[in-house]
Order: sequence, then C-alpha cells, then structure tokens
Amino acid sequence: MDLESIDRKEKLSAAKLHVSQYVVAAVLVVLGCWLWRLQILDANNYRVLAEQNRIRRVPVLAPRGRIFDRYGRLLVDNYPSVTCFLVRDQVKDMEADLPLIASGLHLPLDQIQTTLRHYQYAPKYQPIPLKQDITPDEQAFIAAHRDDLPELETLDEQRRVYPRDGVLAHVLGYVGEVSESDLNDERYAAYEPGDVVGKSGIEESYDDWLRGTDGSRDIVVNSHGKEVGQMGEELAAPGHDLRLTIDLDVQMAAERAMEGKTGAIVAMDPHNGEILAMVSRSAFDPNQFSVKLTSAYWRSLMQDPNHPMMNKAIQAQLAPGSTFKIIMSLAGLQENVAQNMKVMCNGGGVFYGQFHACDKHHGLVDVEHAIPWSCDTFFYTLAEKLGIDAIAKYAQSVGIGEKTGIDLPNEAPGLMPTVLWKEKVMHQPWYPGEVISVGIGQGAVEVTPLQLARALGGIASGGALVRPHLVFPSELSPDELEEIQTEYPGSGNKTIPLSPQNWELITDAMAQTTTPGEFDTAGMDQLAGIDFAGKTGTAQVMSHQALDRTNHGHDTEPNAWFVGMAPRRNPDIVVVVLWEHGVWGEHAARLAAQVIDAYVTEQRERARNLEMRVAVPKLEGQSIGMAGTAPSE
Amino acid sequence: MIRSRFRDFDWMLLGLVIVLSIISVLEIRSATGMTKFHGFQQKQMGFLALGLVGMFISALVDYHRLLGIAYWAYGASLASLLAVRLVGTRVLGARRWINLGGGVHFQPSEWVRLVLILVAARFFWEIIENGRDLSWKDIGKASLLIGLPLLLVLKQPDLGTSLTYLPVLVVGLFLGGIRWRQAAILVAGLALAGGAGLASGKLLKPYQRARLTAFLNPDSDPQASGYQIRQSLIAVGSGGLWGKGANHGTQTQGDFLPIPYTDFIFAAFCEEHGFIGAIGVLLLYFLILMRLIQNAQTAADPPGSLIVMGVAGVLLFQIAVNIGMCVGLMPVAGIPLPLMSYGGSSEIYMFVALGIVMNIRMRRFVN
Repeated sequence: MDLESIDRKEKLSAAKLHVSQYVVAAVLVVLGCWLWRLQILDANNYRVLAEQNRIRRVPVLAPRGRIFDRYGRLLVDNYPSVTCFLVRDQVKDMEADLPLIASGLHLPLDQIQTTLRHYQYAPKYQPIPLKQDITPDEQAFIAAHRDDLPELETLDEQRRVYPRDGVLAHVLGYVGEVSESDLNDERYAAYEPGDVVGKSGIEESYDDWLRGTDGSRDIVVNSHGKEVGQMGEELAAPGHDLRLTIDLDVQMAAERAMEGKTGAIVAMDPHNGEILAMVSRSAFDPNQFSVKLTSAYWRSLMQDPNHPMMNKAIQAQLAPGSTFKIIMSLAGLQENVAQNMKVMCNGGGVFYGQFHACDKHHGLVDVEHAIPWSCDTFFYTLAEKLGIDAIAKYAQSVGIGEKTGIDLPNEAPGLMPTVLWKEKVMHQPWYPGEVISVGIGQGAVEVTPLQLARALGGIASGGALVRPHLVFPSELSPDELEEIQTEYPGSGNKTIPLSPQNWELITDAMAQTTTPGEFDTAGMDQLAGIDFAGKTGTAQVMSHQALDRTNHGHDTEPNAWFVGMAPRRNPDIVVVVLWEHGVWGEHAARLAAQVIDAYVTEQRERARNLEMRVAVPKLEGQSIGMAGTAPSE
Repeated sequence: MIRSRFRDFDWMLLGLVIVLSIISVLEIRSATGMTKFHGFQQKQMGFLALGLVGMFISALVDYHRLLGIAYWAYGASLASLLAVRLVGTRVLGARRWINLGGGVHFQPSEWVRLVLILVAARFFWEIIENGRDLSWKDIGKASLLIGLPLLLVLKQPDLGTSLTYLPVLVVGLFLGGIRWRQAAILVAGLALAGGAGLASGKLLKPYQRARLTAFLNPDSDPQASGYQIRQSLIAVGSGGLWGKGANHGTQTQGDFLPIPYTDFIFAAFCEEHGFIGAIGVLLLYFLILMRLIQNAQTAADPPGSLIVMGVAGVLLFQIAVNIGMCVGLMPVAGIPLPLMSYGGSSEIYMFVALGIVMNIRMRRFVN
C-alpha cells in the first residue's frame, strides 16, 4: 500500500507537473510578446488614436461686426445664443430617445421626426440643428441628460438683433444659414455648411467685411462627449464694425412719415451720395430671420400684396410722372429748345392726331412757369420738339435705365425707352406719338426712387452726379472698396454739362413749387426758414381707359411722387418720396417736408451743441439755416 | 500545533499575492477616481481582508476533510445554481446572483468552481489509487461531473464563468492519465461539435456571437462589441514603454475604456504603467503560478497535487483569457482577472482557493 501510493504519487508529480511549468511560461511569454508589439512597436499609432478619441476640435464662432448709424448710434447688435444639435453617430437607437428630447426641448415630436427625415441621407457625423436660441432651462435639460442623451450637443453662437418694427429692415437686411445652392456659388467658396451669411441688404453686400474668422478650441472630452478639459485655442477674429451713412434721426422721421403707407423714402446727401435715410414699406421683421424663420411668417410675407420683402427704394420700377419734367427741362434747356418756347395751355392739346389732357387751363406758359405748375401741355410740346432720342440721351446721362451702383444687392435698373429698345426688346417699331406720354414721365419710362434722388439731386448740384452709398468709402480697406464697387457697378460719380443759367432756372422753378402763391403744386408744404425746393409727380398706374373698367379701388389710384431738396442749389439733402396710390404728388411732398424738417432740426441742434462745446466761430455758407455741420463730418 | 503548521505556510506565495493585490487596489483607485464608482478601492480592500480571513480559515481545515465532503458540496452546488435560476437577482439580463439581504449579493458560480476543483481531485484520485488507466467511461463521467454545472452557469447566461470550469476538467484529465490518442480524439470531437454548433448558430447567444465577430473583425461595428476591443487596444498600445502615469490614462479616465476596474483593469493598468508595468504584473503571475506548481510537486499525496494544479490551471486560464482579451488575442468573454479585477466573489474565491493550497503545503510532511 505505502509503496504503491508512493509509486502513484511520483507518477503524478514528475514529468507532467514539469510540463505544466513550460505551459505557464509559454502562455505568459506569448502575452508578453504581444504586449511588446502593442506597447513598443505600435505605441505611436495607438497614441494618435488615443488623442483622436479624447480631443475634439470645436469651432469658436466669430461675432459679426456691429452696425452703427453715422453718429455711432447702434443699429445692429449681437447677443449670445445657444443652439441644440443632434449628433447621430453617438447612439444606436435614437427613435427611443425622441419623446424625451421632444419634451425637454419643448418641440413637437413630429417636427423632430420631420427634421430627421430631412437629414436622413446626410452623413452620420453631420450634426442636425434641432432648435436654435434655446432657453436656459432647455440648456439645463441637455446638461442634466449628458449621459443618457449623448446625442444632444450645444453650440454657443452670436445672434443678430435688429431694430424693431421693420425700421431699416431693407437696408440692414438679415442673416441666415448659407444655403446649399449658395455653397456651389464661387462667391461663397470660403463658406461651410451651417455658416451664417448675410442674405440681403448691408448684411449681404458687406458680408465678408462684417463676418469675422472663426477660431477653434481643442477640448478634451470623455466617451460621452462631455468636456473635461481644454488643450489649445485658436482665437476667433471678430468681424469689422460698420458705420453707415444713415442718420437715425432722419431715418426715424422717414419711417414715421411712411407709417401705414406703402412706398419708399430715400434721403441722400447729393454732395457725396451718402444715404441719410432709406425706408421701404411695407416691411418685414429681420429679427424673425435671426432665429429660425417660421414657415407661417414666411408665407405671410410671400402672400402680402404689398411685397414687404422688396426694397422699393431701389427695386420699385415705376413711372416717375411729373418728376420727370425736371429731366425734360434739362434736355430742353441744354438743347436750347425750351428757353424761348411759349405754349398755350387750354387744358391739353392735340399731338400726333390725339388729344392729351392737362389738369388745368394754364394759358400761355413758359418753362419757368411750366415746372412749378407742372403743365402737361408744355411738356407734351417739348417732348414733341425734342424727340425720343434726345430725351433718352439726357435721361440716360442722369442715370435713368441704369443701376446707380449703390452698395446694396439686387438694385433695379429702371427703364428709359428708345427707338432701338422698342425694336430690339419689344420687337415693335417706335411710334412717334409715344414720345408725348414720355414727356410727362408716363409711357414706358420706369425709375426707382433712388435713381430719381441721384438724378434730380445731381441736376440741383449743377450736374454733379454721385454714386449713392451706405458705407463711408474712407472707412473701408481699399480692397473691400474695390470689391464693393466691382460687385455693384452702376453709373457712379460723373458730371454732366449744365450751364449756370439753366441750373438757376430749373432750381428756382423747383423752389417755386413749395412757395405759396400762384405756383403752389405743393405750396402747403413749405417749411419755415428752410429753402425747400422740389417737384411733385402723380403717376397713373393704368391708362384712363383701363381705369374706367375697374371699380376704382385703392390700388388703381395714382402713385404720388415727390422729389424735395434743401437748399435749392447745391442741396445738402435730397428726399424722394414714393407713396404708392397716394393719389397726389402734394401728399408725398408733405412726407418729404417732414423728413427735411427733421434733418434741418437735427443739424441745427448738433451745430448748437458743437457751438456750446467748442467756442468756434459760426460756420458760414449753409443757406438752409444750419450753422454748422455734424462733428464727425 | 497551529504554530508548527504555520512554519510551513507559504509566506512567499502570500507575499506575491499581496503585492499584486496592492497593485490592484491602486489601479482600481485610479480607474474609478473620476467616476461614480470612486471609492471602490476601499471596498476591494474590504474584500481583500475578508479573503485573507477566508484564506487562513481554509488553511486550517485539513483538505482531506474537504475532499471527504466534496460530493456533498457538489450536490449543494448544483442546488445553489438551480436556486439562482429560480430566485436569483437579474442584473443586466443574467441571473447570476442571490440576494443575501443588506445589499450583499452572492454569486454561487465562483464557489462552484472551488467545489469542482475538489470533486475533480477526488474523482481522479480514486482512479489513480485504483491504479487503472483512464477509460472512456471515466472521461465521460468526469465530463458529466464538470459539464452539468457548466451548462447551468452557461444558461444564466454567464459564458465567462462557465468557461473557467473547463480547465478543472482539462487539468484533471491531464494529470489523471489521459493518453495522447484519447486526447486527440476528444479534441477532434469537440472541434467538430463546436464547429457544427457555431455553424447552426444555436450555441451562442446573439451578444456572444457579436463579441466573436467583433474579435475577428474589430472594425465591423466600432460602436458596439468591437468598440470595447478597440478601446482596450488603444489603451494598452498608447501606454507605451512607461505608461501615462497613475490617474493620467486618457482612455481610462475619459471613460473610453469599458469597465476599467473589472474586466479591463489590465488594459487600464497597461495604459497608465506601460510595458514595464505590464511585464511586472506578468512576472508576478509567473512567480505565483510557478510557486503553485512547486506546491503541487511537493504535496503529500496525489489529491493535494490535483487540487493545487486545479487552482493553478483555472488561474492560468483566467489570466490567458482576460489579458488575451485586453490585448486583442481573445474575444470578449467576461472573465475577470484574478487578484486584479474589482469584485468580492472572485476575490474571496481566489483567497480561499489559495488557502487550500497553503493547507496542502502545510501538510506536505504529514502522513
């Protein structure tokens, strides 16, 4: 028994136990070799992977430049805002999380599902914007559910805040996410999906000036994407601030003048083309575009018959009516036709075998009286004498039918008909009789309010025409200025020949318009102590025959125009008012008077303040009664 | 009496184990410091203390007495596994624990392994004592003995723990005198059956199949099973020669490495202490295993050797599968790394098993 058991024991323990030592050694050596491979040979690869795991580059969005008026009053500002994104590669079963996300973010479930469907073919790593401008409690919700809803991410952004009630809406424009079609455009080469770009107005035309350069932050994250530290930071370069030529006081006066009406007001300094005010009504609220635009609001804008998205100051192309008579006078006088012309007005006249009416029996009329009386018969006759090509030559020389080159997108060129135009575009011969209605600014002539401001402002300035602009060229870099001028070509700065006598004649005649007495087409609109000149216009929106077939509703009423300026010669301000269906030009003149009054009052106020601050002698030469110019100008 | 016996207590083995346990506690501390599991190192120290107590107790009871009650214990083990099936607490979809109340959960499958080591030792001892060669009938009986609890655990489902029962059988057959021809037939048969089972797709649960697929091709599904292997490889590899330092493993601290305090603790350790640290731990395991085999060689009788070799076999298997998993050599099986991974049941099992080894060593001159 003992011997046996000893025998057995040795049988068990000898070779086999020895072998097992080798097995142990072999297994551990294999593991050790494998560790060598991973930790020594491939260590660098794995280090890179480990860094990629935990370091995430997040963009730091650069704030857009702010926008000010000419005196540094803030027009457009930014405010910090948080957007919530959905990152789909974080989770497998997103559908299950949606109800919780919906309740936490106060979004309807079906809206989230619609958004997801919209992005279903987008790459998985592309974050889907769920909700913009989320509230603090929604931010708290996301932070609290970091672990169970890792798919929710937030991004700090800056949002635009614009003036309320559509003030300056068309000038400033609005921003939005760059669209897919924009991205294919070469102009947007530097943009990436999700970038915010200017979509209209100044925001669009000066987008590259206003937008900064985004920076980035390398943050350390854990596997849930939660930020636990920071590695490096590339600072964002904020966009340039922009000072507009807009004078907020004048702008507000113009906004008040247009309240409840449709149309446009442009106020410009004809010395240099600085736009002082630009109103278009009806308007939209750019703040609605700042956060995600609701489709209901967009629909209401699109269906509004008054075209609230249209900047009528530069995009409405309408018959100028009698305001065109100034251009007619320019042509007639410079061609030495109008000087000695005397026309008998018996309430109209027969031209080319057809009777054309005048609104009054003006009797014997010369050009000095024809302008303030706005005598149609006189200008019918003048048109007949000049012919369409001579009229077109002068109209085109003051920029009718051509963009002015203002630094705003989508300016309309207007239209000046010529014989050639009729044949080429309309494929019809020019009928000599057509020139008669052109003579009073009807027919095919189409102008924008801004064109009128530039043209009549230029004539009142002795023929010096300017390129209208909203940003001081001196405050832009040469590159930016050149870019803007190439991007928005137009008639620009130029001087047309205008003899001093003719200049005096036209400007004096325009001053008569607003002077009570025999010539008062807009006599009630005179301003005490201000040399206020101008020309009314009442433009038919349809022919008398067509009008007879309608029910004479509001939208068949004539458009009321007024081009006003102060002082009469070398004016400091020219104001064009377009009051759609405003019936009479003198109605528009009243609005222009309010704007000019506000301008002069403000200039006087600023001059007084300046006088009080700095004891300098009174500045001379301001015939509209201002004692000085603005400090910054 | 006790005093004289403890003269032969394996203080060196205990020393090696304690060193490894300290490394474990420190790594658990580092891996959980930033998580909601921080403080687990203190619980682990508690388990360690309990384990040491269990070790000294089990060192005192003569292992022949344990062998005497082995079959009774085996019956009780089967009963406890059935009890888990019936009244066990379901955690993460598997019934593995019995709630003992007071927040204490007991995982019978760890203890069953110890019982299986004893039962196998007794089974093969009897064959050796009878002096006969291992017959196919013996092989069948042994397989049934181990296979029955293995299947019960597999059904919990707990593939990892059930697999750790296999080395008990393998070591038993090896030391019990299986012949080359028998072994070859057995391996071939198992390979065929396994292959057929895999092909039919019924052998593995879907998640287990996914783990296997992920192991074979880690990039197939970077977010699920492959994710764990991938993150583990990145952790180990990026550790480099010296490691990133305690509390500085980006994979471990950033929660990229899954469960870095239990199944993937070796990957966490490799990341923070590099190749040098990893080789150090492998060396400690090597010394522990060598010491165990030496104890088997010097055991007083075959059952003593069989028990020690059973413990060593299971330990080697667990090390190979767990570290193999961390370095991408093995699929994810859910086997903790003995003496390193956080966990009460496995820690206490390990120390009680070591206690029995001590027990055998202390009685090597007793006969």
